[in-house]
Amino acid sequence: MEANTGQHISRQFDADIEHLRSQVMAMGGVVEEQIADAITAFVNADFELAEKVMQRDHEVNGMEVALDEECSRILALRQPAASDLRLIFSVLKTITDLERIGDQAERVVKPILRHGGDGVRNENFLTIRNIGTMVRQMLHDTLDAFARMDSDEALKIHAGDREIDREYEAITRQLVTMMMEDPRNISNCLNIMFAARALERIGDHSKNINEYLVYQVRGKDIRHTDISVRNEALSSD
Amino acid sequence: MTMNDTNQINNGQINHGINMDNIERAQDLNEPERLQSCIEVKDFNLYYGEKQALFDINMTLPEKRVTAFIGPSGCGKSTLLRCFNRMNDLIDSVRIEGLINIDGNDINSRAVNVAELRRSVGMVFQKPNPFPKSIYENVAYGLRLQGINKRRLLDEVVERSLKQAALWDEVKDRLDDNAFGLSGGQQQRLVIARAVAVEPQVLLLDEPASALDPISTLKIEELIQELKEHYTIVIVTHNMQQAARVSDYTAFLYMGELIEFGNTEQLFTVPKEKQTEDYITGRYG
Repeated sequence: MEANTGQHISRQFDADIEHLRSQVMAMGGVVEEQIADAITAFVNADFELAEKVMQRDHEVNGMEVALDEECSRILALRQPAASDLRLIFSVLKTITDLERIGDQAERVVKPILRHGGDGVRNENFLTIRNIGTMVRQMLHDTLDAFARMDSDEALKIHAGDREIDREYEAITRQLVTMMMEDPRNISNCLNIMFAARALERIGDHSKNINEYLVYQVRGKDIRHTDISVRNEALSSD
Repeated sequence: MTMNDTNQINNGQINHGINMDNIERAQDLNEPERLQSCIEVKDFNLYYGEKQALFDINMTLPEKRVTAFIGPSGCGKSTLLRCFNRMNDLIDSVRIEGLINIDGNDINSRAVNVAELRRSVGMVFQKPNPFPKSIYENVAYGLRLQGINKRRLLDEVVERSLKQAALWDEVKDRLDDNAFGLSGGQQQRLVIARAVAVEPQVLLLDEPASALDPISTLKIEELIQELKEHYTIVIVTHNMQQAARVSDYTAFLYMGELIEFGNTEQLFTVPKEKQTEDYITGRYG
């Protein structure tokens, strides 16, 4: 089943929906930058960049509120049905997850802000670089799939979250070993642990967004289903 | 697609677990609804002279549920509705093929008394059409036609019917007033009271609310919900939100063909057919 991209009789409705989708992309773009900055700020213990990440969160929150309003306006005025209705719901849920991704970006930089930058610089911080790259790529691909309304791609990205979970487990084991070796590492290791945890959560939120996209395009709700049920549901298309 | 894809008819029962495949969890919790069938349409074709208006319609409408017919003007939904009580007999050029069974009886067979059929399959039209009589006589009309004139019985039926049509409280003190003194919405409910007074089995509603204001429309919709406890209801409507609100099952017709028939909720959220999707989302060119 393909996404319905045909034109409405009402061109204004088409314009409204196009605007809505582009606003979600804009919000996604800001959140992507926030994560990239958060990872750089953490790895380099860059206080200024960390502050910028915090400040951008207001921008993201404002976008969420504006998009919420836009969705309720469309619901009230257009009474959308079928794929249009699913699009609105998908957008409403997607922006909640995007906003939470923004919150997680803040969590990544919190230790830097708390300790005022250089004081906490530590080469162990590089540990999160890999998971950071994976998470950024996942969110990037997710937004790309959203823009193209590509549910096949969404399913692929969805499955990729397992890699991120594995990486997170590996980091945890590594940090536990470091803490056991030398208790003086504990404070630093906890900071890394919190950052890695925040990044892992971003993977989960991205996964949710892919689930909404599958619902939007195919009308199949794959949340909280195991793989066999999911494949069965999707193969009936 | 036809009902055959989605319903299995077993011992006269239809399995209406239509298209539940996308909500497995819900399906685990709720067994698909098993309903008695009421109206069965089989390989049905209808021609106005040379022109074919309905093509190979197959569907089974369940008993004591509301089924809505939607589709653009001229798609054949009213034509199909009018077949259920043989209103098309009144048009000379109409020719039909195929079968319509109500409660297992072929309504087009020679043995059927058409007046009797129309008593058990009542119809309400777009414009309220009360008779130029009192409110009381309008409702009692069908019974009087049957030769029932006992005042006590008539009183009972008039009160019961007006209550069923949610009109009793508004008119109980002026039953002898002329029906034309009622508002449009009240007149439409009066016509429904008249239809239910003869205790039909099926109620056909052809755009029953399209000439009414929003409040009267809501009253009619509310009424339909109450009436479905007693009657099988088929409604033709151009208002898709109305179809979504009042019906349990929805059929989408286009150019005389039944494109999709299924659970209303399903049809309005995840329609199976692209044509249905285009129509209900307003993408029709």
